[in-house]
Amino acid sequence: MQRWTKPVTGLFLLFCLTTVLIGQQRGGARGGAVPAAPGAQGNRGGGGGGRPAPTNFPAQQRVIDTALAARGNPLYATHCGTCHGTDLRGGQRGGTNLLRSAIVLNDKAGELIFPVVRDGLNNPGMSPMPPMSVSQDDVKAIAEYIASIAATAQRQGGPPPGPPVTLNILVGDAAAGKVYFDAKCGSCHSVAGDLKGIAARFTNPRDLQNSWLAGGGGRGGNAARVTATVTNQNGQKVEGQLNRIDDFIVILTLADGSTQSFRRNGDVPKVEIRDPREAHRNLLPAYTDKDIHNVTAYLVTLK
Amino acid sequence: MKPVKLLLVALLLLLPTLLVSQSSGGVDPASLLKPLADTWPTYSGDYTGRRYSALKQVDRNTVKNLTLGWIGRVNPALGAGTIVGGEGAEEWTPGNVSVRGAVLMVDGILYPTAPDHVWAIDARDGRQLWHYYWKTRGGTHIGNRGVGIWRNYLFFETPDNYLVSLDLKTGKERWHVEIADFDQQYFSTMAPMIIGDHVIVGTGNDLDAPGFLQSYHPETGKLEWKFYTVPMNPGDPGLETWPNLDAARHGGGFSWVPGVYDPETRLYIFGTGNPTPGYTGAGRPGDNLYTCSLVAVNVDTGKMAWYFQTSVHDTHDWDSAQTPILIDATINGQPRKLVSTAARNGYFYTVDRVTGKHVVTTKYGSYSNWAKGLRPDGTVEPDPLKEAIIPGSLVSPVEGGVANWPPPAYSPDTGFFYTKENNGFNVLYLTDPDPRGSMGLAGKQPFGLNLGSIGDFLTAIDPRTGKIGWRRKLYGGGGGGLLTTAGGVLFASDGSGNFVAYDARNGNPLWHTRINISNAPQTYMLDGRQHVLVASGDTLYDFLLY
Repeated sequence: MQRWTKPVTGLFLLFCLTTVLIGQQRGGARGGAVPAAPGAQGNRGGGGGGRPAPTNFPAQQRVIDTALAARGNPLYATHCGTCHGTDLRGGQRGGTNLLRSAIVLNDKAGELIFPVVRDGLNNPGMSPMPPMSVSQDDVKAIAEYIASIAATAQRQGGPPPGPPVTLNILVGDAAAGKVYFDAKCGSCHSVAGDLKGIAARFTNPRDLQNSWLAGGGGRGGNAARVTATVTNQNGQKVEGQLNRIDDFIVILTLADGSTQSFRRNGDVPKVEIRDPREAHRNLLPAYTDKDIHNVTAYLVTLK
Repeated sequence: MKPVKLLLVALLLLLPTLLVSQSSGGVDPASLLKPLADTWPTYSGDYTGRRYSALKQVDRNTVKNLTLGWIGRVNPALGAGTIVGGEGAEEWTPGNVSVRGAVLMVDGILYPTAPDHVWAIDARDGRQLWHYYWKTRGGTHIGNRGVGIWRNYLFFETPDNYLVSLDLKTGKERWHVEIADFDQQYFSTMAPMIIGDHVIVGTGNDLDAPGFLQSYHPETGKLEWKFYTVPMNPGDPGLETWPNLDAARHGGGFSWVPGVYDPETRLYIFGTGNPTPGYTGAGRPGDNLYTCSLVAVNVDTGKMAWYFQTSVHDTHDWDSAQTPILIDATINGQPRKLVSTAARNGYFYTVDRVTGKHVVTTKYGSYSNWAKGLRPDGTVEPDPLKEAIIPGSLVSPVEGGVANWPPPAYSPDTGFFYTKENNGFNVLYLTDPDPRGSMGLAGKQPFGLNLGSIGDFLTAIDPRTGKIGWRRKLYGGGGGGLLTTAGGVLFASDGSGNFVAYDARNGNPLWHTRINISNAPQTYMLDGRQHVLVASGDTLYDFLLY
């Protein structure tokens, strides 16, 4: 898809905004998304209307009649659920996913759904739907129920959140993980030292796995501090935390908190970077998923 | 009168008409067949997608003297002169707008856009001439890739799926037509492509729905043809690559980036987006044609001539919608008509643009690790173990891809195809193991491994062999698109907030300025001087040589 966000419903979108902003990994790839911010320069010059744009527009979602939807809920279960699934996402008996159905998405008050229920649907190449005897009022209630579920759909075309599922990510072999750890990680890390009790610091294995892959576990949380030494043509050295570097400038934060910038021209001045993340970074192309899962299985034993 | 005199008189009588039609301005669709030089009359400058300008004033030696002509901000505020159209109930006025598409330059006027907005800007000083604002019904407002111009008519797409036509001179609306179903959550961003008397429009979506490309008549707004990128009926070609018709009909393959056009074959060649559901392929086993493919359709009929799939059964949201490039080159002593594309998944392809037959497949994303190998037909076999899995799979690239919509460039002088190469890793966890698959882009949780750049590059590829000519290391990924010129310069973002002119032969920087660009740079002539134009958010920067 074109983007990381897909507004579907108002409520959910507001909730999602934070996720969206955080989720713009390497956002420049699409030209630096600029989320709509309310306020600034939003008013019509002549003093007329023009409201600040919301992060979500009054989009593809109608207002739900909750009482009607509640009446439709058991009717859906009776007449539709067996084929279309209790979650509306389709069933083994061939009923289609209603949450992505063009008929359902265009229906406003049962007017498109009712003829299908009454007459059935027999599209070539698709599972046939038999005609059913359901009153127009009941279909209207069912349509409202379906719309009420569609209204809880997630961003980027996602379905409504289902019941929580516990997924076990611990599929690795702890013994093999120890062997890998000793060979590849042991020169910098120690299970008796910086990683002592590491498993106790995480509430679930996925967070632990993410953390060690990102190099965030050891040495008191300082692992991500990148430092550099800049040596000018006279041999003078300046050391500090690396703030920024590109082909044209390098900026250091010095010990006293001040910053110093240097123009770069090719190899002048000389810049030496010390990046504690480098070892982790260099492992990225080298790991197999099995290595990763094994190491995680080993680290979770270090309570 | 003698015949010669008669002819002379007739010519004299006709002269005013000829002059009027010549000075009436706008874009004659036939002029789009010419190589890119003085103006910027269509999305890529010309039909080839090369973004190679024949202009030479700015060259490897003079580029260091580029100087700022003007800075102008596009203003989304609804002023007294704003022309308001649209089907929405309210006037939403965004606080921020960003120019993230082409800014056409015709007759000394620039036409930048943002979702719901089109401006006409004087190319000599950045002053606004008119502003058109579309009252939206809503929907996804991610970006707008620019306008198309046919004679004195301008065309653009709105997020709520209208093709709107304006009078080029005044910005007054001529008509608007609905091009996709808002209720099915389509949203439209593409810059319309003008080819002869066709306005080619594409549309996006994130929900499971079919992708399509359409052609409208520039005068009447009447639909001429509609080409679905997935099978929609029993017996449709490609249906065998889906488990059933229902899956195909909800299979995605959206057409949201302009393609290229080969006048000799009358083929419009474009890339299609990812299949849906995006990350959970369980409900759609098979190759899923014609998603993530280069597709060639006859521009008059909308019938597909050939396809080449650049991401087979994609499960990573790696749309292959990026603009391809038409290249004429000699391979093994034979002159070839080729089309090349650097896909979001990290693979580079060259195919014969007449037949669609494969010529080259290579991996240009240095760390792309999702493939098992090549198939005999040159497509790449995906590794199912590199899909989102419950315990997590380590995958490169990340969702945004090695490249994305910001366009690449090709120089016939150097013979290089230039592209950004963004290399990143993430861990992909499957969170919805439902055998039916999830919907849209849901069902996964990515964890980005932001350990500093493992190596992002500006990369030059020989499209005849797929071999890397050079890589310029960048200190950050992303950034806008590319532009190259007969002056031997390659303009690009360095991914760290600098707009840089590189030597197209080797990637050495020649000039830079601290501008974080949001579109692809462009160049054109104005009053005898070569200008370079680029956008950063709502700000346009005009550079030139004095």
